[in-house]
Amino acid sequence: MITRGWTRIPTVVRYAILVAIILVLWQAYVTLGHVQKLLVSSPLDVAAALLVDFKNGSLVTATQNTLKDLIVGMVIGTLFGFILASLAVFSRVGQDLLTVLTSIFNPLPSIAILPLAMIWFGLRPESIIFVVALATVWPVALNTDTGFRTISPTTQLAARNLGLRGWRLVSGVMLPAALPSIITGLKAAWAFGWRTVVAAELIFGVAGAAGGLGWYINNARYFLDTANIFAGLVVISALGILVEGLFGFIERRTVVKWGMKRAA
Amino acid sequence: MRGGETFVIIGPSGCGKTTLLKAIGGFLRPTRGRLLVEGQPAREPGPDRAVVFQDFDQLFAWKTVRDNVVYALRVARNLSVGEARKKTDRMLELVDISRAADRYPHELSGGMKQRAAIARALALEPTMLLMDEPFGALDAITRNQLQIELKGIHERTGVTIVLVTHSIQESIYLGDRVMVMSRFPARVREIVETRDFTDVESSGFAELTGRLRELLVHREEPFDVVETASA
Repeated sequence: MITRGWTRIPTVVRYAILVAIILVLWQAYVTLGHVQKLLVSSPLDVAAALLVDFKNGSLVTATQNTLKDLIVGMVIGTLFGFILASLAVFSRVGQDLLTVLTSIFNPLPSIAILPLAMIWFGLRPESIIFVVALATVWPVALNTDTGFRTISPTTQLAARNLGLRGWRLVSGVMLPAALPSIITGLKAAWAFGWRTVVAAELIFGVAGAAGGLGWYINNARYFLDTANIFAGLVVISALGILVEGLFGFIERRTVVKWGMKRAA
Repeated sequence: MRGGETFVIIGPSGCGKTTLLKAIGGFLRPTRGRLLVEGQPAREPGPDRAVVFQDFDQLFAWKTVRDNVVYALRVARNLSVGEARKKTDRMLELVDISRAADRYPHELSGGMKQRAAIARALALEPTMLLMDEPFGALDAITRNQLQIELKGIHERTGVTIVLVTHSIQESIYLGDRVMVMSRFPARVREIVETRDFTDVESSGFAELTGRLRELLVHREEPFDVVETASA
């Protein structure tokens, strides 16, 4: 009975109800359980902290810094990923190189490279950008390569029949035909990159005057501002949801609309 | 092959029908011998030998039916957007798919996809239209319908068609001449004139069907000899 009525409610509302219940339980636990504020903040305290730090700009700056490093790193990683995948498709050496490099680096969490990056680049954004790029390049290269390789033989013949060659073949047919895999690669790259950038900032602290969200959380810990730690986590989670939504939007407008991928 | 005719290649699976068609299309090079298209060796693939394949994914999934044709004209014939659009509309009209012009390939039935592929190929104004079992993946009713329409299109456009099939009925109905190929050894058995036979119900059609079946089923002497020798 309950399940039946439940499925009739619109999806967004169902999710909102669950979130509301979680928040109420959380608030009740903190208020009624007499939990030390130092250990767990209540949702209301977190909301207050969010409001204050958005108003004074510290959370906004932190978010901007994190996103800036993330985007620069991802763009660099994605470019190299595309280059590697292209080499792999057009030559045997390239294919072997991709196999060897991904075998070596893919199992290596790119955050483990951070100490080395700090020696090479110093305590500067370049170190974070470097590890983010390293987290991004492999999923992009592997998935793009798979995408190119799994283009249907008939689609390729049809393209050759039109006399397409070189760059026009790549941009006109190969890239759109491989788009489902490319988007999968970018999603994986984003997931790795996002975790890496936050982790790097936690370890790393401030690069010059520019600290990101990871630094914001760590900083709040130094001052025992537990509510601010939670506030930072909320922002990180919210941004993640936002980007996932963005990918979903792009997919609906492209590969789902074209029947190349089924709607989730 | 003669200009303007429908030349059908028929044979058992694995006899090299499709291989021959791909060689004409320039996708493969002959390992031995020469293959001449208008007196010249078959070169790289090109829009002068437009191909319609059996598989539905010959259409670009990310373009609507109209844009598939427009894109082909833009890249293969260097037409301006305006010219390409005008010509595309005429072609879609010809193969009776105008009402689905703005749909994506995955939204179409198998028959509609093949119509769109034929429209794209014809729009290129090829010297030859190469068709590799174009109706092989369709249900019988759609298949019949498209056979009739292809015949009409051929009469109106006069394009030379090379069609690969393994349907005897289709070969006689559509073909002016039918080349029968055999397997073991893979070679041409006979070229049969079928120009005057289009009435499926007629006795001549039935007779010809029998003859082609005979040619397809019966093995040639050399094969039996080899078998006896090895026994």
